[in-house]
Amino acid sequence: MTTETLAQPEIDKGLAHRRHATASRKKRRAGRLVSRIGVVLVGAAFFFPFLWMFATSLKPTSEIFSTGASFLASRVEWSNYQTVWTAIPFGRVIINSFLVAVSGAVLTTVVSLLSAYAFARLQFRHREKLFLVFLGTLVLPQEVLVIPLYIMMAKLDMINSLPALIVPFAFGAFGAFLIRQFLLSLPVEFEEAARIDGAGSIRILWSVILPLVRAPLAVVAVFSFIDYWSSFLWPLIVINDVSQATIPLGLSMFSGERGTDWGPLMAAATLAVIPSLLVVILLQRQLVKGVSMGGFGGR
Amino acid sequence: MTALPTLAVKDVKRTPARGGQGRLAAAYLAPGMLGFLIFIVLPLVASLVISLFDWPLFGAPKFVGLDNYVRLLTGDPVFWTVLGNTLFFAVSYTVVNLIAALAVAIWLHNLGSWGPFFRVLFFIPVVTPMVANALVWRLMLTDDGVINSFLANFGIHGPSWLSDSQLAMGSLIAMSVWQGIGYNIIVLGAGLSGISPNLLEAARIDGAGAWQRFFRVVLPMLSPSLFFCTVMTIIGSFKVFTQPYLLTLGGPGDSTNTIVLYLYRNGFSFDKLGYASALAWALFVIVMLITALQFSQQKRLVNYDN
Repeated sequence: MTTETLAQPEIDKGLAHRRHATASRKKRRAGRLVSRIGVVLVGAAFFFPFLWMFATSLKPTSEIFSTGASFLASRVEWSNYQTVWTAIPFGRVIINSFLVAVSGAVLTTVVSLLSAYAFARLQFRHREKLFLVFLGTLVLPQEVLVIPLYIMMAKLDMINSLPALIVPFAFGAFGAFLIRQFLLSLPVEFEEAARIDGAGSIRILWSVILPLVRAPLAVVAVFSFIDYWSSFLWPLIVINDVSQATIPLGLSMFSGERGTDWGPLMAAATLAVIPSLLVVILLQRQLVKGVSMGGFGGR
Repeated sequence: MTALPTLAVKDVKRTPARGGQGRLAAAYLAPGMLGFLIFIVLPLVASLVISLFDWPLFGAPKFVGLDNYVRLLTGDPVFWTVLGNTLFFAVSYTVVNLIAALAVAIWLHNLGSWGPFFRVLFFIPVVTPMVANALVWRLMLTDDGVINSFLANFGIHGPSWLSDSQLAMGSLIAMSVWQGIGYNIIVLGAGLSGISPNLLEAARIDGAGAWQRFFRVVLPMLSPSLFFCTVMTIIGSFKVFTQPYLLTLGGPGDSTNTIVLYLYRNGFSFDKLGYASALAWALFVIVMLITALQFSQQKRLVNYDN
């Protein structure tokens, strides 16, 4: 803290003071160094599981436990990655994951934007009440709904289909809530001006509102992408054919089949983690913003 | 305050009255509200109905009235075990997570330019698939895994982290805190950035020590973020499923079995969808009660007056 020296009582003039200031600056620097070394150590320990995942993915099966705490085995076994692709249709699983996560994110974002616009800008009866009921389901655990949703999907003959993974979870209140809050903070004047110029509500939504709400839309899209990408319980329930699996389910099926074959399993896990790592690195600002706005409710 | 998380609904700014726009609103709301009705409201009601039936995966359901609930409350010791496990998990996980997250958030806040990098680093496991996270922890925690190999270097014979009933739940909690802590670090970090440095400086000049500043200034100013984190973390912890499913299979015995794991098994392994729905409603009621309790205490615990 730079203010520390200023707040010292009885500041002497001259040499003594200067010596004192240098000493406390040194102390501060030492403190900061210790703090930085500490955070690097803690950070490295925290990241260790991912390093271990990757290290294990390159070890021959026979050496996975014999190498103890060492990162390296006698040789680098890239063939674990080949095993993943041949043991299960992993390419297909990755494509499924992208299809589900992208369409889920698009559907969630569009639906949320339309609802948010109505709740923030249009006048209708019971608007506040309806919004509160809708919002109340933010704390409703999805796990409560999986049994009836399963029966519904079975009746619709949608078991083992990708739409069954996408549609049921695109209607949560989080996205609409976030965009509505953002819309309420925007002045209505732009829209009024456009209306006076004769623009209809669709035109206003498309050319006036859409450019203004890009930030919260991105947050909603990124968060629903990640939710779909990581979701496990629902795919486990509604998919039992590996060709329709998403990555988490593929991983668990893989571990069920080859429970002790850790090399290929960690290769598959590494492949599952990489896209998420890229998302974190590329979209960290949206993520941080989204979290502080209440994204990932109750994960 | 910037981007302060809040669960309160802001007052709606009234747009100039133009009369009702009911039809237009209905058109915009149609997709969202239809989906909401079909995939949230209907299943919620349906699960209550299903819980009154003996409902197999295949074959005809049979109405049994409240039998499932009677069995749940009086005839199924496993229910009380999983309820106790889930409560234990929820409380320990939330307490450890919040205290550690607060400590790390304050540390990173005072770290200057290095803070944001580590904030993102701690956030990584929140985003990576839980299944991958859980599997690597299973590998690390196996009897001859890397953690015990590391301990062996110091002559310590490591325990069976996942198959010792004394330790298995602790291992799940540790793994879960690692997985989830980054979320709270970011929320609390945003809260800390919202505290005016002048306020802390004023407290310092008035002679408040570091602990006094923490308890009398930082903590009250941070209470909205802390409240938000507590609500979210507790709700999330009651849904714990993937960790026990992949790390311990709920074992040894039922020592790490949780409500949602038990719900899943009843529905899809034991062929008892009705009973699983009764469990789902038990979970629903518990989460609602806890949320209501927290919000009823909000005024007392949270200082929204900045």
